[in-house]
Parts: sequence; structure tokens; C-alpha cells
Amino acid sequence: MSRIAARFAELKKQGRGALIPFLEAYDPDPATSMALLRGLPGAGADLIEIGVPFTDPMADGPIIQLASQRALKAGATMAGVLAMVRDFRTEDTTTPIILMGYLNPILSYGAERFVTDAQASGVDGLIVVDMPPEEAEVLAPTALAAGLDIIRLVAPTTDDERLPLVLKASSGFVYYVALAGITGTRSADPEALRKAIPRVRQHTDLPIAIGFGIRTPEQAGEASRIADGAVVGSALVDTLHKSLDEQGRARPDSVRLVLDQVRGLAEAVRSGG
Amino acid sequence: MNKPVTPPVRPNTFKSGPDSAGRFGGFGGRYVAETLMPLILEVEAAYAAAKKDPGFDKEWRRLLKDYVGRPSPLWLAERLTEHCASLAPRRGDGAKIYFKREDLNHTGAHKINAVLGQILLARRMGKKRVIAETGAGQHGVATATACALFGLPCTVFMGATDVERQKPNVFRMKLLGAEVVPVTSGAATLKDAMNEALRHWVSNVDDTYYCIGTVAGPHPYPVMVRDFQSVIGEEVRWQLAEFEGEGRLPDVLSAAIGGGSNALGLFYPFLDDPSVEIYGVEAGGHGVDTPEHAASLTGGRPGVLHGNRTYLLQDEHGQILEGHSISAGLDYPGIGPEHSWLHEMGRVKYENATDKEALDAFQLCTKLEGIIPALEPAHALAHVLRLAPTLPADKIIVMCMSGRGDKDIFTVADHLGVSI
Repeated sequence: MSRIAARFAELKKQGRGALIPFLEAYDPDPATSMALLRGLPGAGADLIEIGVPFTDPMADGPIIQLASQRALKAGATMAGVLAMVRDFRTEDTTTPIILMGYLNPILSYGAERFVTDAQASGVDGLIVVDMPPEEAEVLAPTALAAGLDIIRLVAPTTDDERLPLVLKASSGFVYYVALAGITGTRSADPEALRKAIPRVRQHTDLPIAIGFGIRTPEQAGEASRIADGAVVGSALVDTLHKSLDEQGRARPDSVRLVLDQVRGLAEAVRSGG
Repeated sequence: MNKPVTPPVRPNTFKSGPDSAGRFGGFGGRYVAETLMPLILEVEAAYAAAKKDPGFDKEWRRLLKDYVGRPSPLWLAERLTEHCASLAPRRGDGAKIYFKREDLNHTGAHKINAVLGQILLARRMGKKRVIAETGAGQHGVATATACALFGLPCTVFMGATDVERQKPNVFRMKLLGAEVVPVTSGAATLKDAMNEALRHWVSNVDDTYYCIGTVAGPHPYPVMVRDFQSVIGEEVRWQLAEFEGEGRLPDVLSAAIGGGSNALGLFYPFLDDPSVEIYGVEAGGHGVDTPEHAASLTGGRPGVLHGNRTYLLQDEHGQILEGHSISAGLDYPGIGPEHSWLHEMGRVKYENATDKEALDAFQLCTKLEGIIPALEPAHALAHVLRLAPTLPADKIIVMCMSGRGDKDIFTVADHLGVSI
């Protein structure tokens, strides 16, 4: 069983959903980013999403755009991101790691080489934002053969006709985009989610996580109960951003502030409402 | 029907693309987030239906004639022709140079051709507002114009850097009633404006039509914009016959390329005429051997950006680089996917012209023809000026004068050290 499947199965037994924090790799520097990654499981992360920096993140709002810019300025590369995961795996062999990013840096690295290295580094799944099922040939077959899950976004705009196509191409879990929009700009509407998630469930047995527009512990708790997990990204990245000094450098309490916020989110996800 | 001027049998055609997945060979496609995918498919279906509706074509052509002023003239540039003949290494040489005068269109460039088609499409789709990206501001002005004509709210995304260097066009758009949103992300130029327009579209999926300005972006935009712009080449075909006699085709076509819409509009109707040599001219900036240029085919490699796979300026890690050109309309780090394919097939040759060559051509054209070209076609002209003296006098070059240069006089003055 893959780490992702094992983790969702375990959480199901516990009767709760997953907290999936997102942080951009190398933001604001490799050492701080690594310290955050190491601290996440202890703070209550059930799975971890790591953003792979790209110059043109077209599905992301200003908070994650800025994080990508900080990360690239700090020297982020695909090889560097994979090295972080490898480091993380020396201490943690159970928390699933999902890389989230855009296709071009993967193609530039070489799709096959990327799959080989990602698998060897301990990556469990991939979210490639600008790779819909129609364009997945270049990466998905190789990734799946290597045991890497291809986690797909399902959006409010994904209609019933298209839904089976998207879900058929998904593995690991399904990432439900709570609102038609970009990351970190609006809040998800729980009523809409209560209607949307059962619609997706009809077509899949995979766990469903909700992301985009989940900021507060209350929202995370609610989303994790409506579905099987909640992804929180921009809210954490924003905290990190606000903790930096005028030159954009981490301060002594940057890591603690972000991990404390993760603890708050984890508590809400675990409290059972 | 005209007598066929091309060999009747050709083993293949360069005009069959794209396939149903929106691909020209290995280029093109629909690399967008799932949230956008249904919208792209909706545009594709709506465009397919519109193409079958004679009423749609009729209305578009009425606007082209009565509102845009088409057909745009084909102009024999006699003094430039003479100038090139005087430079010919062999006495008596020097090809004849014609300009396709897209600069005389309403709004001053070719952009309006595809904008009107798309706005008619948006209306058919019941969309209530329109967004667009713009670099130099020509596409933004064209979109704002069409939206004014049809009473549609219009929002134009423009890099903050471009807002600063293209002030006249920004004011024009505002006069036309459009909202201009300065984009500060990234390097604050055209590619960032396109990112922001895509983000805005994702966030306003129900009522908004995204009017893309070039033959790039996710399928069906590259083919749709090409189809609309092909009016340029179709007119050249019969106009040249009026000057030169029935059946006479140009020997050479030349057009400047940023995304590549005026170029493809000129080229497409001639792709299957093997006697026609076709040249696309990219922006060489400070030189393609420096980092400061926007020549995606010469200095880039294939990758994925803005919904399509195409040649891109990118670093070794796949991060997108900023294009540089004196022309704000050419400094895009990508190129339309069909151009990438035509490049790999060898059907179109892609050259480049530097900032300086374009500036020289700009001034020469102004003095000899009384036509102030936009800096974009000044790049094509620089290529024509290199080529014409080397060809015999019975050869014919048609260059797309894609826009007028009024918008560029401040930039040019600046480069010439003149303060106005």
C-alpha cells in the first residue's frame, strides 16, 4: 500500500479527516524551508504538499506568487526540492509528500528522470496544475508505473460529463478546488461544498481533500469533515511572509509561528467538530 | 474559379492543423488548470458552431468592411524598392517591395481583425464582459474599441512596466471606457499580463470572455486567431494579382513575430504554395547572442506556458525568461505553436532583426515612403532591406505592415536622444 493510501486508511480508522499543509519549497531560504518541513508532522500535518517554484504560477494568487519569487531568488531548483524530500525521508518514512507545481520545470528536468528521482527521493504524489488528463501522456504513465500518484484537481466548473474523465485519471486522492478562482483570494463556501463533495463521491472511491479558500481552523475542521481532508496553503505562506524582516529574511520566530498555526489547524481537524 | 497556380498534387499540406487536440505536430494543446478546462472546451464548441453559421461570417465581414475599412491596401513601396536596388551587389537586382497596409485599419493595427471575430463570438456565447491582455497596447485598444462598439464592459491587463512606457495607448483604452489593470507580478510585462488575465478568467468563469490577442494560448485560440487574421493573406492573394497579373504569387513573404498573429495571417493562405518563400522575423533585441532578445525560436527551446507547448525563452531549470525588445509588442518569451511547427517542418524560415536594425528601418521607411511604421513591422522591414538587394528585380516581396508607429514615436525619440 502506498504511503498516501495507508495514511488515509489510518485516518479513516481514527474517524477523522486529514490536515494537508502546503508550503513553497525554499521559501524564504533552503534552511528555513527544511526546518518547516521537518516540523510539520510533529505539528499535526497528516500529509504534506510542497510547492515547486515556477516563474509563472497561473493558478496561484499573490501570496503564493510572491513565495515562488522568494524561493527562486533563494536558488530553488527541481534538484534542490527533491533533495529536501530526501533529507526529510531520513527522519520520516510515513508522512506522504506531494509535490505541487507546473509542468514546465518537470519537462525541463526531463519527465522520466524526474519520475525516477522523485520516486527515489521519497515523493508519493504529484499535482501538476497545468496538466489536465488530456495532456497527461507526457508524465502520467511513467509516474504511475513508478508508484507515484497523480492527484487531480476537480473544480466547481468540472461538469458531470467531464467528471468521470478527470477521476479516471486520478490516483491517491482527489483535490477538490473549493472555488472557481486562484489560491488564497476568497473563502470557500461550506454550503456549496456540502453539495459538491457528494457529487464527486458518486464517481470515485478515492479520498477527497478540499483546497483553495481554506484559511482558518474552523474552515479546515469543517472541510475535513465534509470531505476526507483539508489543504491549507496561502494562510500559512502568508504567516511566513509576514514573519520575515524588511529584507525578506526569516526571523528567529518564523518557523515557530508557522508551525503554531499548523497546530491550531490540526487541533480543529482532530476535535471532531 | 481561378486557374490553379500551384502544382495540383502535393504529397501533404501545411494547412491541415491543428488536430482535434489542438496540436500542430508536437506543439499547441490545452495545458490549463482543470478550472479553466471546461471554459476552453466551451469556447471551442462555440467557435466550431459559429464557423458553420454563414450569418456569423457575414456580420464579421460587414464589420471588417464598414468599421475597420478593409480591404487594407496593398502598397507598392517604390522608393524603398529603388533604395534597395541602389544597394544591390549586382547591377539591375533589387526585388519589388509591397506593403500590406494593416496600419491603415481602424485602431491602427491588424489586431482588430481577430478582436471583432472574438467579440462576436463572445456575444453568441452570451458573455457579459470581456477581458484581454496587452503588451504594447494595440490589442488592448482594439479590444476596448470593439467593446465600446457593442456596449460590453472591458478589462485590460497590462504589465505595469508597459503601462509606463505606452501611456498614449493606456489613455486611449480609458477613453474607450475600458478598465486598465496594471500587473505588478513577475517582470510586469506581457507574459505577466497574460498570467493575470488567465487568473482573472478562472475567478470569473460564468460571465467573462477572454479575448486573446495572438495565435498563442490554449486551443482553440491559436487556430481561431489564425483563421480571423488569415483575411490578411487572402486579400494579398487577389490584390497582388490586380497589380501583377492573374495568378502571380509573391516570391517572398515577410512579417514580424511576437506571438505571431499578423505573420500567420499573412502566411497561412500561402503555406501550400511551394514557390512562396516565407520569413518570420523575431525580435533580436540587443542581439541573439546576448541574453537581451525575444527570439523564442532562435534562442529558446520547447516548453509549456500559457496553455500551449511551444518554443520558449527559458533557463536550464525551465523557469521562463523575460524577452527583451525595443518593441513592447514583441517582447513575449513564447511564440504561437503553429510557428513552432512550421519552424520544425522548415516551411517558414525564422530570422531576426535587432533593436538597432528596426530603428534604422523605422526611420528609412518614414523618410522614403511617408509611412511611420510601428516598431513591430520595422523588424520585418529590416529583414526585407537585407533581402531585397540580393534578389533579382522580377522578384516580389510582400511585407506585412502590421501597425502604425504613432504609439512608438516617444520610444524612438528616446533612443535617438531627442526629447519631445
